[in-house]
This record gives sequence, structure tokens and C-alpha cells, in this order.
Amino acid sequence: MNLLGSPKGKTVRITDYSGGRGVGFKLRQLGLCPGREVKVIRYAPMGGPILVDVEGRSIALGRGIASRVKVEKI
Amino acid sequence: MRIGLIGQPNCGKSTLFNQVAGYKAETGNFTGTTVTYTESSVRLLGQVVDVVDLPGTYTLAGTNPAEREVIKYLTSNDVDVVVNVLDASHLSHGLSMTVELLELEVPIVIALNMMDEADRLGIQIDIKKLEDFLGAPVVPMIASKGRGIQPLFTKAYNVGKQNLLPQKPSYSDDIEQNLKILENELNNVNSYLKPRALALKLLEGDEVILADVLQQKLKIGDDLKTVREAIKHARGQSPEWVIDGERSTLADQIAKQVIKQGTRNITFRDKLDDILLHPVFGYFFLILILYLFFQGVYTLGGILETPLMSFFEGIENWAMGFLGGDGGIISQVLIGLIQGLAGGVAIVLPYLIPFLIGLGLLEDIGYLPRVAFLMDSLMHKLGLHGKSIVPFILGFGCNVPAIMSTRILEDKRERLISAALSTLVPCAARLSVVFGLVAFYLGPSLALGIYLFNLFVIALTAKILSRLVPETSPGLILEMPVYRVPTFRTVVNKAWWRIREFIVEAWPLLIVGSIILAVMNYLNIAVYLNLLIRPLSWLLGLPKEVGVPLIFGVLRKELSLVMLGQALGSMEFSEVLTPVQMVTYAVFVVFYIPCLATMVVIRKELGTKAMWWIVLMTILIATAASLIARAFSLLIF
Repeated sequence: MNLLGSPKGKTVRITDYSGGRGVGFKLRQLGLCPGREVKVIRYAPMGGPILVDVEGRSIALGRGIASRVKVEKI
Repeated sequence: MRIGLIGQPNCGKSTLFNQVAGYKAETGNFTGTTVTYTESSVRLLGQVVDVVDLPGTYTLAGTNPAEREVIKYLTSNDVDVVVNVLDASHLSHGLSMTVELLELEVPIVIALNMMDEADRLGIQIDIKKLEDFLGAPVVPMIASKGRGIQPLFTKAYNVGKQNLLPQKPSYSDDIEQNLKILENELNNVNSYLKPRALALKLLEGDEVILADVLQQKLKIGDDLKTVREAIKHARGQSPEWVIDGERSTLADQIAKQVIKQGTRNITFRDKLDDILLHPVFGYFFLILILYLFFQGVYTLGGILETPLMSFFEGIENWAMGFLGGDGGIISQVLIGLIQGLAGGVAIVLPYLIPFLIGLGLLEDIGYLPRVAFLMDSLMHKLGLHGKSIVPFILGFGCNVPAIMSTRILEDKRERLISAALSTLVPCAARLSVVFGLVAFYLGPSLALGIYLFNLFVIALTAKILSRLVPETSPGLILEMPVYRVPTFRTVVNKAWWRIREFIVEAWPLLIVGSIILAVMNYLNIAVYLNLLIRPLSWLLGLPKEVGVPLIFGVLRKELSLVMLGQALGSMEFSEVLTPVQMVTYAVFVVFYIPCLATMVVIRKELGTKAMWWIVLMTILIATAASLIARAFSLLIF
């Protein structure tokens, strides 16, 4: 399952990323590290970005990026 | 003594800096880069110390120029002590960079900022315990309210004076062993990093640093490869991820042990995004906020512009009378000078000042990332990101601040495209041409038509440009900071520094350009100018006299209307121009070459090459667009 497919308001855990090294770096910098718990809190309309909560901080992710973040249910 | 301020974006670092910085603070670039810092002298304990505000970065991994310059600067002998600003309400996130800083082996003090925000979220932090974990002093503070600043800088001063080093964080045994191996080999390598920090960077696969080390010690390349392979084999993960993982685990553990979580105090601010990011109301408020911003800048600018303009006209008339009226070379140069001065004081500054204050407010409140969130999908269809909407909208007021606002974009490509597009947005001056010519003589609906046509051309240009300049960033990854009440000092200081940049760098060029045009006028080269433009004016079916107003319009777009009257010998345009010619001329003026002030700002922000490319692009677009407009109006008239 990836972050884009995870239901709104449900807490999940990041397991890994797919795709390039650069994306992984950027996500880690913003605190979206494997092992951390995240929650989708909002969708922008018309295929816009999603807003996720990680440890009380809100991060906006484009859908392309969000689909590369692999998550698991907890 | 020099104190370096470092912290992650939105940690309140700039607010802290502005609380101590004077109006004389200087913004500079690290040599050879576009990475900027701000520096100010501050009186402390009867001494003068320098405080440097470094760019906000999430890590020190060296993945972008800013991070690399920050590490270099912090480890250079220029900085005596590092103040690491942390957001107390998001401690573990901030600590992950603190761990990296501790590895650099430089004197460090932790400024635990936003204690009020942490308090509101029910977070209690054991300061003493945190100090023990980090081996560095921690000073709690609230930068926005000016609390804890004096103790912080006193502490920093003492730590810098005594050169007190923090304790180094340690990793798992296998990483430590491998670090030791590398460290021993790196002892005699010349670098701005200490051997252990250097070994860590190499282990993390930093290619820039590796290239530097290899020049001095070729042998290490093979050893490094072996060590990295061994870690990857044992851990099933690249060493950089292993190290990064251990850092964030360490940060999480420290945070967990020093924090006592109480009850959260939910307030209005937490609910604000439910409205401002709402799929329907969010856009309503977006339009409302931007409209109010635009209208505010426009109204205030207008109130200031009118008296200032008549003041300068008065001076001009007086000077003319004083010099005996007719155009001797001296009076022409003087008029050029006065017009150049007026261009800066009466036309640009009245809009720039309210604009920069308004932008600073939106920035500090935290609304700009929300704009990016809401507009991302639409802008993506044009090949851009959400934030690019900001310069675009501001361009309707004046292109100069629009170009300046491209600074909020991180990506160079995005900045270039947004700057190019915002020069196509008809600013207030070009509005006067469209209204004075088309709306006045041919009716407002045709003027509106020109605006819609303009939007279409901009969208099309965006599409083409984003194809031409390949995309580098994979998509939006952006933190939405908590809404904050902006502090007066930060907003005013930031606006003042940017205005000072305009005054010092752009304005002199504007004055020189204005004098050159005046001299050209004196030498009576109107005939040649018209001849020069003739191929174009012929192509567009315009009278040959439009050459002069078009060239002078580069100085100030209003001139292309005022001087058109002079050139054609009548301000009653319906007598000297056909409706088709009016539309064609107006459309050309809307798109061609940005005014001199805009060009100067583009050159400053993006370089000379970018400026000429944009000029060339606008000429091509203006010609194509006015040909289309001509063909279209031949059909309707």
C-alpha cells in the first residue's frame, strides 16, 4: 500500500520509498522517515496535493510523490 | 566574535535575528553561489559582536548548495559559536539536525524557541536533561516576544569565548568501527571538516567531498568502497540510510526522554486550515485575500503616486524655466535625471513599499505555502508548481515586486519561468495604455477581451517554456507551518532590506537609462528611431511615428501612450489611428519588452543572460500576439 491509497484520517507507518535517491532524501529531511507514523489529513481538489501529519507537523505532498511512499497498516 | 544562527525552516530563526539586528544589517552571497545570508553587528555585554543569519536548511547532508555552504561556513574559522535554533513544539524533528551539528565539533548553544507554542500543545521539556544528552547548553526562549534573547546571547558569547565543544554523538558499534578505520586514514587530509566528520560524510556517500579527498589521497577510494559494501551487506541498506536512520532514532529517543506530554490546547489557529484549505471555501478566501492584497497595494500606491508625480513635474517645469525652456543638452540631461529619479520615487517605491510589507505579512503568517497547496493542481497543468501563482498575481500591480517575489521559489527553473511569465502580465502602467486607448475609444468589452487574450497567451507560453526547460523537481514536498502572528520588526526589517536593494542596485541604472534616452531625444534621432522600428511598424500596419513612443515605453510603460500623442501630433487618438491600429498597438504594448526597472531587477535576480532571453521572448510574443490581434480586429471593424 502507498500513502496515496491510505484512507483519510487513518494512521499508518512508513516502511520504504520507491524511486530515486533524491526523493528519499527530501522526504527524510521533512521527517517522513521509514518507521514513523503518518496520517493523511486533507486532499486538495482536482488531483492536487495531499496533506499529511507526521508528529504534529503538516507536510504537503504532490500525488506523484505520495504514491512512492510505501506504508503499512498498524 | 561572530555568532552563526542556524535552524530548520519555520523554527523562528529569522524572528530571533530581527530582534537583535539593526537596520544596517547586510545581505550577502556566499562567493560563487546564490545562497544568501544576512549579517548584523550587535552590542553585547559592552562588546560588538557579529550575528549571521544562515539560510534555513532541514539537514546538513549537502544535497543542495545552501546546505553545503552552511557546513563550510560553520566549520570555517569565521564563526566562533553556533546558535542552533529549535522549535520546542517539534523537538524531535529539529534535533535530527542538531545531531548533525554536534558532529562538526564546533562550539554550540541550543536556542529552544517557541516555548509558548510548546506550552499550548501541552509539551513540557526538561531543559537540564536535554543539556546532559547533548553536552551543550540549552536556553529556553520566545523570539517573537523577545523573551530569553539576552540570556541566549550571553551564553553564546561565553561558550564562544571559552571554545566549549559539545559531546560527539555515537553510532552503533559496526558504524563506529568503520568510522575509526576511515578516520585514521584521513588524519593528514586537508579539509574544512574534522577527520571524524569527514569520515562520516564519506561513509554517507557525499560525492563532492569524496572528489575533494581523492585529489589528496587516491588510495582511500578503494577502502571506502569496501567499507560501504560491508555495511550494506550487513545491514541490507545503503550506509547513508543507516546513518540517517540512527540519527533520527537518536533524536526521537532524546525528545522522548525530555518531553512530558500534557493536554493539548486546541484553539482557533488549529481549525483555521479547515476553512482556508477547504476544497470550496479555501479558493473563495484565496481570491479574497489576494484581491485585498492587490487592491491594498494598488490603492496605497495610487495615493502616494499622484502627489509625488506632480511634485516631480513641478521640479521639471521649474528646471525648464530656470534653464530658459528650450532643449539645450544640459536641460535635456537634467530632465532625464529628474525623470529617472521620479521613476524610482514616484512610480516604483509607492507600490513596492506596501507590496513588500504585505508580502512579508503573508509570508510570516504562513499563508504562502497554503496558496501553493491550493494552486498546485492548476499550475501543474501549465507545467509549474503551486507557489508560482504568487509572482504571477503580483505582476498585475507592478512587475518589479513580481520578479522579486520569485525568491519564494526554491527551484532555479521555476524562478526563471515565473519571472518570464510575470513580465507578460499587464502591470498598472500597461493597464493605463489599454484603458486610455482601447477602453476609452472602443469600449470596455474590447479591453476585457485584451485581458482574456493576455491570460491565454501567458498560459500558452507557460506550457511551451515548461517543455523547453526540463523539470528537475519531482513534485511538491512542502511543509505547512503552523499559523503565526507576525512580528512587526521582522516584517519591517525584511521590507526595508529589499527596498534598500532596489535603491542601491536598480535605481542608479534607471537614472542612467533615463538620461541616455533624454540625450537621444536631444540629438533629434527620432527619425532614425522610427526608421529602426519601421520593419515592425510596417508589419503591424502601424504609422511609422510609433517607433519613438515604443522605444521610450521601455523606460516607463505609460510613456508609450503619452508620447504616442506627441509623436502623432494629437491626443485625440480616434483622429489619427484606426480602431484596428489602436487594438494592435495596445496588444503590442501589453507584451513587448518589460520596462527598464523590471529588466534591472531581472538582471539582479536571475543574471544578464536571463534578462536578454526574456527581452527577446517578449518581443517575439508581442509581435505574434499583435499580428493575431490585428487579423482579428480587421474581421470585426
